[in-house]
Amino acid sequence: MKGLEPNTVAVTNQSERLTMLKRGVGAGFPIMLGYLPIAITYGVLARQSGLSNLELTLMSILVFAGAAQFMGANMIALGTGMVEIVIATFVLNFRHFVMSLSFMNRLREVSLKWKVPLSLGLTDETFTVSSLHAKEAKEPHGTWFYGALILTAYISWVGGSFLGGVLGDVIPGRLSQSMGIALYAMFIGLLIPSVKKETRVALIALLAMLINFFFSLFISDGWAIVLGTIIGGGCGVFLLKEGEEAA
Amino acid sequence: MMWVIIGMAIVTAVPRFLPAFIVDKLNFPSWVDRWLNAIPYAALGALIFPGIMTVKPDAPHVGIIGGTVAIALAWFGMNIILVVIGAIATVFLVTL
Repeated sequence: MKGLEPNTVAVTNQSERLTMLKRGVGAGFPIMLGYLPIAITYGVLARQSGLSNLELTLMSILVFAGAAQFMGANMIALGTGMVEIVIATFVLNFRHFVMSLSFMNRLREVSLKWKVPLSLGLTDETFTVSSLHAKEAKEPHGTWFYGALILTAYISWVGGSFLGGVLGDVIPGRLSQSMGIALYAMFIGLLIPSVKKETRVALIALLAMLINFFFSLFISDGWAIVLGTIIGGGCGVFLLKEGEEAA
Repeated sequence: MMWVIIGMAIVTAVPRFLPAFIVDKLNFPSWVDRWLNAIPYAALGALIFPGIMTVKPDAPHVGIIGGTVAIALAWFGMNIILVVIGAIATVFLVTL
């Protein structure tokens, strides 16, 4: 940047940010594809559970966690007490603590004023997509990439919930059921390229699958996923080389 | 109702943002770094299976077939959007 006028520097900065923003939206697009039908379904279900449009949309704005919101709406419909709903939500969403620890550790160099909002936007999907775009964390304005990725997902989730609440089932049942595979396919599409690059990654993922499956027979899905992630990831201590990262 | 939503929001938000402050205060030894770097792969594994079998809860093979197609498409280097669309199309056709 030496020798450039301050003005030129500012313009360059701006266009770099815009590029990162666009790339973030692009990376967030598969999440949008997966979220929209699920969010609409949530909106419909929550409406039937007795939540108003305002309430169900507010839940999407404030909670932003698909599985927990489905469960919450269901428990509300069943007349479950508040304490139980909140505890169940905590258990189901505790996995985000582990994910956030992993993501925040990668964004160590970033200031807290970025870390906090980014961490609040972590879901299974935004976390996994962000993590497999590890190189952006080291690029200038990388936070704009992650911010745009998360906002794309967030807007689809909130918008889709609202649409579901207002319009009802706008997606034909056949199609919406088929779209239930979307997020799983996205997870697979994220995992496979890493597996091809490094076979040990497959071992970590397979172990996590088996551990999750085993524990899900005995304890709640929430804790089973937490254990699968922690123990499966623990094998990475021995399997991954120094400084090896998701790419 | 509002309190239920606010309660759910708090217990979801705190575990999400707490790590931002933790990594700000603590430096991890390298084995913890390796562990944290493996978390995304482990999370992907745990999120895919056995959940994928619930795509059509009364017919677990539907999810497995969709997943297998997704693996094949991803293996041949297809863009992730195409992997997702291919899997959706597969499940649509299988459940016709």
